[in-house]
Amino acid sequence: MADDKDVLRDVWFGRIPTCFTLYQDEITEREAEPFYLLLPRVSYLPLVTDKVRKHFQKVMKPDDVGEMWFEYEGTPLKWHYPIGLLFDLYASNTTLPWSIFVHFKNFPQQDLLHCPSNSVIEAHFMSSIKEADALKHKGAVVNEMQKKDHKQLWMGLQNDKFDQFWAMNRKLMEYPTEEGGFRYIPFRIYQVTSNRPFIQKLFRPVASDGCPHTLGDLLKEVFPAAIPQNDGQKKYQVMIHGIEPMLETPIQWLSEHLSYPDNFLHISIIPAPSD
Amino acid sequence: MDSLQEVPSEQAGLPDPFNDISCGGWEISDEPRGQMSLWAVSLQGKVWFREDIHHLNPEGSSWVEVQVPGEVVQISCGAGDLVWAVLWEGQLLVREGIGRDCPKGSSWVVVESPSPEVGAIHVAVGVNVVWAVTKDHKVWFRRGINSHNPCGSGWIGMVGEMVMINVGLSDQVWGIGAEDRAIYMRQGVTANELSGKAWKALPSLRDSDRAHSSASASSLPSAGCFFSGEVRVQSRGSVIGDIDAGQEASCEAAPLLHGQADAPKPLIPKVTSDSFISELVSDRDRREGAVSTPIPEEDQGSEQDDKAPPALVLSHSPSCGPDPQWSNVDLEEAQTHLAVGAASDAAETSSLSSVATYNLGLEEPYGPDEHPLWAWVSGGGCAVDSHSQLSWFNSSAGMCSSMQSMSLSVSPAQTAAWRKQIFEQLSERSKREMDNFRHYEQAIEQTVWVKKGTMQWWRDWKPHKWVDVRFALEQYCGTDGSKEGILFIYYTFNEEKKYLHAFINEVTILVPVLSDSKHTFAIYTPERTKQRWPIRLAASTEHEMFDWLALLTMSCCDSRGVQGPPSKQAIWSVTCKGDIFVSEPSPSLEASPYPMSCDQMFWHQIGGHLRTIECNSLGVVWGIGCDHTAWVYSGGYGGGFFQGLASSTDNIYTQTDVKSVYIYENQRWNPVTGYTNRGLPTDRYMWSDASGLQECTKANTKPPSPHWTWVSDWTIDYNVSGGTDREGWQYAADFPASYHGSKTLKDFVRRRRWARKCKITTTGPWQEVPPIPLCDVTILPCMAQSKVEQVLLWAISNKGDVLCRLGVTPETPAGTSWLHVGTDQPFKSISIGGAHQVWAIARDGSAFYRGSVSQQNPAGDCWYHIPSPPRQKLKQVSVGRTSVYAVDDNGNLWYRHGLTPSYPQGTTWEHISNNVRKVSVGPLDQVWIIADKVQGSHSLSCGTVCHRLGVQPMEPKGQSWDYGIGGGWDHITVRGNSLEAPRISMAMLSDRPVPASSTPHSPLPLRNPEGMNGNVVQS
Repeated sequence: MADDKDVLRDVWFGRIPTCFTLYQDEITEREAEPFYLLLPRVSYLPLVTDKVRKHFQKVMKPDDVGEMWFEYEGTPLKWHYPIGLLFDLYASNTTLPWSIFVHFKNFPQQDLLHCPSNSVIEAHFMSSIKEADALKHKGAVVNEMQKKDHKQLWMGLQNDKFDQFWAMNRKLMEYPTEEGGFRYIPFRIYQVTSNRPFIQKLFRPVASDGCPHTLGDLLKEVFPAAIPQNDGQKKYQVMIHGIEPMLETPIQWLSEHLSYPDNFLHISIIPAPSD
Repeated sequence: MDSLQEVPSEQAGLPDPFNDISCGGWEISDEPRGQMSLWAVSLQGKVWFREDIHHLNPEGSSWVEVQVPGEVVQISCGAGDLVWAVLWEGQLLVREGIGRDCPKGSSWVVVESPSPEVGAIHVAVGVNVVWAVTKDHKVWFRRGINSHNPCGSGWIGMVGEMVMINVGLSDQVWGIGAEDRAIYMRQGVTANELSGKAWKALPSLRDSDRAHSSASASSLPSAGCFFSGEVRVQSRGSVIGDIDAGQEASCEAAPLLHGQADAPKPLIPKVTSDSFISELVSDRDRREGAVSTPIPEEDQGSEQDDKAPPALVLSHSPSCGPDPQWSNVDLEEAQTHLAVGAASDAAETSSLSSVATYNLGLEEPYGPDEHPLWAWVSGGGCAVDSHSQLSWFNSSAGMCSSMQSMSLSVSPAQTAAWRKQIFEQLSERSKREMDNFRHYEQAIEQTVWVKKGTMQWWRDWKPHKWVDVRFALEQYCGTDGSKEGILFIYYTFNEEKKYLHAFINEVTILVPVLSDSKHTFAIYTPERTKQRWPIRLAASTEHEMFDWLALLTMSCCDSRGVQGPPSKQAIWSVTCKGDIFVSEPSPSLEASPYPMSCDQMFWHQIGGHLRTIECNSLGVVWGIGCDHTAWVYSGGYGGGFFQGLASSTDNIYTQTDVKSVYIYENQRWNPVTGYTNRGLPTDRYMWSDASGLQECTKANTKPPSPHWTWVSDWTIDYNVSGGTDREGWQYAADFPASYHGSKTLKDFVRRRRWARKCKITTTGPWQEVPPIPLCDVTILPCMAQSKVEQVLLWAISNKGDVLCRLGVTPETPAGTSWLHVGTDQPFKSISIGGAHQVWAIARDGSAFYRGSVSQQNPAGDCWYHIPSPPRQKLKQVSVGRTSVYAVDDNGNLWYRHGLTPSYPQGTTWEHISNNVRKVSVGPLDQVWIIADKVQGSHSLSCGTVCHRLGVQPMEPKGQSWDYGIGGGWDHITVRGNSLEAPRISMAMLSDRPVPASSTPHSPLPLRNPEGMNGNVVQS
């Protein structure tokens, strides 16, 4: 029987095969070959694209190299979203590899945050963890950690060290047995076709009658349209890490096992393919 | 009601006493308030109804017999119109026609048992619900019950296993767990969902409540326990202490007795349940009676029956009467003793011979099982609103174990569809997104990860001493993605900085060696195993040591590709410290002629504390603790100091064990004062360890490690080999010498042993199998592919009884109940091998072979005595596919010669080796032992794992020994390893010397231009 630990591993070691192509407007000295990379689903784009930058810089004049940003089918990709979320949200059900355009100029100020260095990503990552822990334990766990423990979480992510990361992260996943779960579940729900960046609400893992809340319960409250109607027509896919968990799945279990390293459940709701 | 008043029953002409009573009916439809129904079942299986009970006449007026179509064993009456009863044959009866005008109803309807093979034993009804328990402890809920249809429409099997069930007010449900005897309450019972959601255990009682509970704990119901005369042992009375427990017991016994009176019924043959044996065991509390009473043989019992018909044979409880003799009790007296509920099982025969030989004096003063074992629960006075929060669930940590034990048999979460779907989708996703893109570059290059610390190291050269070192583990990813690591020990020698290193992939085992003063562990590689000289390190704190051990173990397991729980083929071993190690065998381990050397085997630790362990290749693993508690492997891994990722989330439980620490008081005789504690200047310490080299006083002797705590005071130990006098002294001419139990003229020194018990509490993937303490266990070895419905498992109780476990399957490795196998004397070792050969060793050192054991007849029919080798007393036996090996008290290993299918007892014992402590023969007839005194290049080791080389079908005795891990090992079992080696013919070998393990390298994959970043020059 597979163990729940295997789920953590599978989530952590999820990779998206990606083809980086230099955008045609970029000025190069000679033709730029596309660059192929396996991107960790749980990481962030600037954290794993050093090689991409180096690859394209070789064919470009230093003056033409501005801040690198990425675009998929006309959508600038937000670096502060985990890669797996970007893929699930924009590119589910497309053929692999994931084809991304690389830009070095015309930075879309209105869509993207600047990312001058990895410390910005670290700050963003740590603030997400703290926010999640505030929801889960009123921040008690993360505040009790030492600086080096925070560093261990970050270094674990940065260097793709599953053991290093989880040795610390499991503390963030603990909860008092008698409560049956966290205080609130840290989750965010994303849609392509929405002006709001995401939906986030306070949601408890256990109902007042003691029954565990499920993914279906969450959606019923936050995004009822995602639940298939009686006619059986499925209008939306509810994706986490490239899979569609059953609506009966307890939300607490999902939070413990399918959260991203930032401790949030990033749920993508995308229109079901119409085939 | 302020007091209980005896309701006289003889005036109604009752032929026999009651064994079950059920009261209800206060909400019968349209009934005037204040009415009540009272139903009773007599020992003869008749049903009686008490007339005219109402609030002015609470005792009612008379008993009216209600005709029943069979013998009823139990009845349940709800508050409303429901009355259900259980028939002896296992069907159920439903009373129809109950209403205001006719509270006792009009007719019975028979409802078949929920399970066609297994009859019902218990039923409980409420206002709108009916619950039943079948003899296999399964729990059933009746669908479609209402006042118009008291029969309902069908059975629904529920999770959980119970011995009885009770429905309280508002249809809340209570039960006693079959496995752990804890009280469970059904959670989530509401008017809309009468079947509820899950069982939840009530926390065990606090100590202050125990005095009361112990009475019922010692009187478990013997439901479904029947012995037949076939076992050919004598009968005895069982003692039931209170009426609650008596009810169920006697309701089983009653029809048997009844049956004897007219036509003998076919007895259900010799199946006993845990509860019954525990009852036998519980009798030790009343041992004066049990031991001194001459207990009649079974036929005597039936004689008595004949003399005094129709009287029942009822026993006084020895605990309540000064005269423990059995006697016939006439009806009047029986009724006055009704409160005692003395249930005779004269018709039942149990293992008297073995009971009489239970070594009562040696009984441990405390048992490992510390929660009360409940027998009966009634929730009738407990109104639970479906939404109320029950405070009693919040209090104690004691409930965790019982909750968990429930979840093992149930584990709904593990089997939930959503979980399965997530597993499947994730692996599908990995395939989709990664399988075709493995040639892509990884975005993050793996770097080296280093963990450093300071430790002390036991220097390799003389003079040996602890020296301060820096210790580092460097880990990195190998080119193929596997994890590698190197251990560094930096030390200073002659002011020169030096280091010692070991590759993680060469480390074969990490052994914690806790003492009361130092937190040390040993690291072995094959080379170090040959030397018998591990790298010994000491951390400054225990916490630090376990931190390192957990990390190093994980690193070693990663580099070996070992993860998750051990396989079914795994080889298990136990050290003298009780630590449990497991090794995944490679097929080449039993290869011939070039097997893998056993010092190459990689062992990793599993949490828990055990003395012995046995397994087979279907994944059934049992262990026995130092306190003789039986444990079954739960399928998990980790526990102990393994936390987080190195441990499974499920199947880890608290485990405790108790052992004794011994010290010796030594005295020397002098002509003036006799024996005193003033020795010669050259003498050993007057308080010492067994060797006399260490001073051990009562005050300064600590438990073996910080994990152990004292649980008793020092007491003199009389159970010492060589015997003692009445004060525990053993005499000898001088230290050290062989000691004897009485003083002679030549004796100038004497010593006596003091024992003190200590207890460890740890965690591991083990679940207790109550209630019988064991001293040996064996499981039928089989090939991994074989499908068996029932796995044969035999054991010896620590009293020396031979037991056969029923209901053991790979899915339910704990089995269900013990079957007692009669013997003439106590036994100490047992082994079952291929073709169901069962061999055992008696306490007198001779061997026995059990005839006719088969899948259909798991207990066999009789013992054949097999003389031990001349002048030797055997102590342990192990039976493989065909080979039989035994070890004697002097450390000799014997092979049984001349075994044939027609003469499985064999002819002679053949000496194989000496210095052997234990032997384990596997399903391939492979032979492994624990040997004493194995000489390595640097040191000698005692307690070493050794493997017999050259064992072949035509040469089962093998040729020589290969030495593996040790010393300090106490036990090994290879009985799960049925991995046959790939066959290599000699011709092939001379042709092409390819080792079995190496496979030809596949040609390099063709480079796929798409996805390869290689066409760009990279720095």
